Amino acid sequence: MSYAQYFIEATYLIASCLFILGLKGLSHPDTARRGMIYAAAGMAAAVFGTLFHPDIHNYIYIAIGLILGSAIGIPMAMVPMTAMPQRTALSHAFGALAASMVGIAEYVIHGASLGGAKSGALGLEVMLGSLTVTGSLIAAAKLQEMMRGTPIMFKGQQVVNLGLFVTMVGSYMAWLVNPATAVFFYVMVTCAFIFGILLVIPIGAADMPVVMSLLNSYAGLSSAATGFVLGNNVLIIAGTLDGFSGFILSILMCRAMNRSMTNVLFGGFGAPLTAETTVTGSMREVTVDDVAVQLAYANQVVFVPGYGMATAQAQHAVRELGNLLEERGVSVKYAIHPVAGRMPGHMNVLLAEANVPYSSLYEMEQINPEMPTTDVAVVIGANDVVNPDARDNPKSLIAGMPIIEVDRAKAVVVLKRGKGKGFSGLENPLFFKPVTGMLYGDAKSSITNLTQAIQKV
Amino acid sequence: MEHLVFHPLGFVAAFFLLKSSSEQTLSPAVLIASLYVFVLAAFLGYQVISRVPPLLHTPLMSATNAISGISLIGSLVIAGSHYDHHQMLASILGCAAVTSAMINVTGGFLITDRMLKMFRKKETVKPEEKK
Repeated sequence: MSYAQYFIEATYLIASCLFILGLKGLSHPDTARRGMIYAAAGMAAAVFGTLFHPDIHNYIYIAIGLILGSAIGIPMAMVPMTAMPQRTALSHAFGALAASMVGIAEYVIHGASLGGAKSGALGLEVMLGSLTVTGSLIAAAKLQEMMRGTPIMFKGQQVVNLGLFVTMVGSYMAWLVNPATAVFFYVMVTCAFIFGILLVIPIGAADMPVVMSLLNSYAGLSSAATGFVLGNNVLIIAGTLDGFSGFILSILMCRAMNRSMTNVLFGGFGAPLTAETTVTGSMREVTVDDVAVQLAYANQVVFVPGYGMATAQAQHAVRELGNLLEERGVSVKYAIHPVAGRMPGHMNVLLAEANVPYSSLYEMEQINPEMPTTDVAVVIGANDVVNPDARDNPKSLIAGMPIIEVDRAKAVVVLKRGKGKGFSGLENPLFFKPVTGMLYGDAKSSITNLTQAIQKV
Repeated sequence: MEHLVFHPLGFVAAFFLLKSSSEQTLSPAVLIASLYVFVLAAFLGYQVISRVPPLLHTPLMSATNAISGISLIGSLVIAGSHYDHHQMLASILGCAAVTSAMINVTGGFLITDRMLKMFRKKETVKPEEKK
């Protein structure tokens, strides 16, 4: 090894350590920012070191890539917080695209001379990368509402998927045996691109947190496989950390819905349902003034936000209402279900953006024991995560899913756009309970009206 | 050893391994070392990431995304190297890879920081309101 290579390897080792320290920082909000500065410094060190790589002779394409990447990346960091899910889906696509491009380029350059083990890793890298690219783009399109969020199903879907998967893996195997036959490689790549699309179209928007985490995991593992191909440890480490983070998150999300990964991926949840939920009673509509009085004289109010708060961009209005109540001596808490919204932690970020201190944000397990002593629970655009059927009705499609038990509070106010069913198409018995009052209308204007009404109380 | 790990079709593959043992191939020692790194990183990742509170799950996702933009370093070498064959195609693929990875690196770190800036404790929120 030359001195340049020792220097490069040293920067990679430093980068690996800084990445781990960076993720360790994320275990607490106070240390998180410093951690990310470490991680960014690690990245800068690794990139700086690589520029001295003895194989690099031409800096033109590098400069074009770096400038173009920054020109797209910086505006992508400026998106509003409500667009975080689709932005994250897009960045999974870019990460996976980079990995599969590196893989394809390696094959174009070296062809059959890569040898068995490298080809094995390279195939995995390109397969995972390619299916993540198209899968993430579909997820982003669904989240951006450029295509409908409900599952897209067609007859024989499972058969087509299985056939495609078998063809993909079959051509991977065939290519490993005949590495010089490029056609196997390109059939594999094409199948992977199509498989990514088919994997995500049958998944409903409400299941997006799982899909997002899973795509995160694939993108990471694809980077780790790149590390095997290039014999580069920092790539293996960073890719594995990303892959495992996504994997852990997808398990947590599945657990929060009491569903298995196969059920999420192949169940087509949210399609027209056959299971019946019997509801008795009628929905009780309440007025802004009634709710204002209820809130103003409460001891404890718990807000339960859902995706509806994000679509209505109501987080700032909610926080103003919360502040007003706190000034009146009401204890205000925010209860966050792990799968509320469209990606893990979505609601936390939105409320943090609106300047709600994180000490007021409560996880499901923390808030449920406090529900019986809560005077008013205000549900803002959430539905399934507060559906008591999940707890009470074993025949329900969401049976066993842990919920925020707002129905145990002394009173419940549900802010809802209209009288229709929620996103999953499930009937929610909460709306028919005697403790529940329904406040119809756009969440943001309802909250603003409440704030004004309370000021007059 | 390598065909045990990656080749279900053992003997057929071994034939090609013997045929194509140029410097491009991954030596068994390097492969084993890489697997060690992979498995240990997986354990470490599990330990570190399971300590991240749900509060920070969105920043975690964008942070790991930014970090996996490290595939940038592989892309840089491909985009800048000289090849005897397929120079144009390799450079274009390399340039596209550098661009995509750089998008994640700059965008990922900036938005993670922007998000983390918003998470505040109660005490630090109050004084700002009075201003």
